[in-house]
Amino acid sequence: MTENVSRRAALLKLGVLLNALVAVILAIPVVGYLFSAVERKHRYTGWVSLGPLAEFPAGQTRLAKFTNPQRRPWDGKTADIPCWVRNIDTQTFQVFAINCTHLGCPVRWFPQSQLFMCPCHGGVYYADGARAAGPPPRGLFQYRYRIQKGQLMIKAGELPTLATCGAIEPIGEKS
Amino acid sequence: MKRLQKIFEWLDQRLKIGAAVREAMYHRVPRSSGSWFYVFGSSAFLLLLLQVVTGILLALVYVPSASQAWNSLQVLNHDITLGWYLRAVHGWGSNFMVALVLIHMMQVFLFGAYKYPREFNWVTGVFLLLFTLGMAFTGQVLRFDQDAYWGLGIGASITGRVPLIGAPLVHLLLGGPIIASDTLSRFFDLHVFIIPALLLGLVGIHLLMVLKLGINEWPMPGRLVRRETYLKEYEDLVQRDGVPFVPDAIWKDMVFGAMILGSVLVCAAVFGPFGPRGVPDPTIIQAAPRPDFFFLWIFALLALLPPYMETPLILIGPIVVIALLLLVPFLSGEGEKSWRRRPVSVLTVLVVAVTLGALTRFGQEAPWSPVMNGWSGLPVPAQYLKGRSALQRQGAIVFQEKQCRNCHSLGGEGGKRGPALDSVATRLTPDELIRQVLQGGGNMPAYGHNLSPAEVTALVSFLDTLHPPGVRPARDFAEKGLPLLDTGHPAKH
Repeated sequence: MTENVSRRAALLKLGVLLNALVAVILAIPVVGYLFSAVERKHRYTGWVSLGPLAEFPAGQTRLAKFTNPQRRPWDGKTADIPCWVRNIDTQTFQVFAINCTHLGCPVRWFPQSQLFMCPCHGGVYYADGARAAGPPPRGLFQYRYRIQKGQLMIKAGELPTLATCGAIEPIGEKS
Repeated sequence: MKRLQKIFEWLDQRLKIGAAVREAMYHRVPRSSGSWFYVFGSSAFLLLLLQVVTGILLALVYVPSASQAWNSLQVLNHDITLGWYLRAVHGWGSNFMVALVLIHMMQVFLFGAYKYPREFNWVTGVFLLLFTLGMAFTGQVLRFDQDAYWGLGIGASITGRVPLIGAPLVHLLLGGPIIASDTLSRFFDLHVFIIPALLLGLVGIHLLMVLKLGINEWPMPGRLVRRETYLKEYEDLVQRDGVPFVPDAIWKDMVFGAMILGSVLVCAAVFGPFGPRGVPDPTIIQAAPRPDFFFLWIFALLALLPPYMETPLILIGPIVVIALLLLVPFLSGEGEKSWRRRPVSVLTVLVVAVTLGALTRFGQEAPWSPVMNGWSGLPVPAQYLKGRSALQRQGAIVFQEKQCRNCHSLGGEGGKRGPALDSVATRLTPDELIRQVLQGGGNMPAYGHNLSPAEVTALVSFLDTLHPPGVRPARDFAEKGLPLLDTGHPAKH
């Protein structure tokens, strides 16, 4: 009798063990699939064109847009990302992300007062992107740029936040 | 009738659920619990069922893709027969459900219903509240309009503040590098599969516990809960002064539930569906995103917190609040149930309610948001221009053109981010005005680089005229020979 019971207990253990094994094997593809969204080796960012240099006159800051390098065919308009291009002296540029560094709302440029203003919580930045006032913890996020065959190119590809601005250089605070 | 009974008996011999249903229906509840205060939970459940039904119907048409979601909502609103009404019922059902879950929770807290042996009714209830809020938030995302798009940006920005693992978390939240199709799909997954499954499962457990442990009796001041004696006392009460749940207690649940559902239907018919507002096109940057009603208080909190507290508070705050809520029944699992003898509990509810109410009110007003077209859209009040010199009027133009109005109001119109400037001259001397304009400070940017000296002179001479008639503008003590009343001033006329 006792022999039978211990035999059944062992078989139950075998059943549990087999199922645990299958669960672990199943978990590998599930976890891999779920975490596939996490970026590895900067595969999200790439160089994109903002258009010919002529679109950005010297001394002005203008809105530009680009299509995100990684996109799905059914992304629609959400793959079109805006940014602010400041042409300082025809050779030097600054390209700012649209997102406020506080909580990501779209900042707007006011040429009259030479300020960027955020409509959400009133963050303000100067023309060079430095934090001017309000809750933002730092200056605007800035894209790397280069000029190639008369086109203004930037390295872009992900929504900039305080954590995901790998391709984006910080700029100093204006005291 | 006889035949019907025969059919039921035939079925029950095979299904074997009749006994359980009868037990649930006729279980005895304390007579005092058949009260109008004990109807909120059942109504919240009724609303959950309404949400499931209307949600399934909306999913017949809704397309969870970034390029088509907004269009499919337009089709629902305008092209499908009564599609607008189903959207409205789902939207208002959501608002009513959040409200009722909160009211239910408040009632349970004030009536001490979370105490022994019902600790886990409370714990599951806390999770039900979180899941309900989760449904409200993810539902707002599925409305995939401008508000939803930038709302996701806010969510990502908060997530990006998590130390060390911020970046992978942002990618997990968005399902990729940007707010796009994969983002919407995962919120669809949460809203339609994951959270509803958790909600329905947990509601089942929540209800089973109410059934097995019995509904809380009406709390009497001085009747204390003790672990050793409570179960027997409750059993005695139910035997001595109990009534069957059906029909003695349930009719109130049914009447109230019908009233609530009716209110949802009326609100939906009168006020219509929520949005969708602007198209989710990130290149249309003329957006001022606002969260739905039940999240306005968070919006307000994020604006009003001092920056140095922001990150720790938004990351740690929710964990602390949820932990405190979960701990409530374990911190005071015994003792007094009646709110008449629990002043701290009543005060807690009042403080929380007033805080959330005030923050919500602030969130509706959003005084911290600049009026982005204040400078171009609002005229300077005529009386502030009358009798002014050419220089002062020039200053009024500078004031308008340099977006000062986006944050400062004149005559009650304009931004409220900075102080109203109608009487600024009584607070600041001309020198202080110049300093404030040039260097900024507080929440004001420095205009030193953005104004020419001539513009500063004009602006300050205009600002110095802004004081009520007969009130002297602020002056330095050093200035000699100042008249008590500034009789020659134009603002007097």
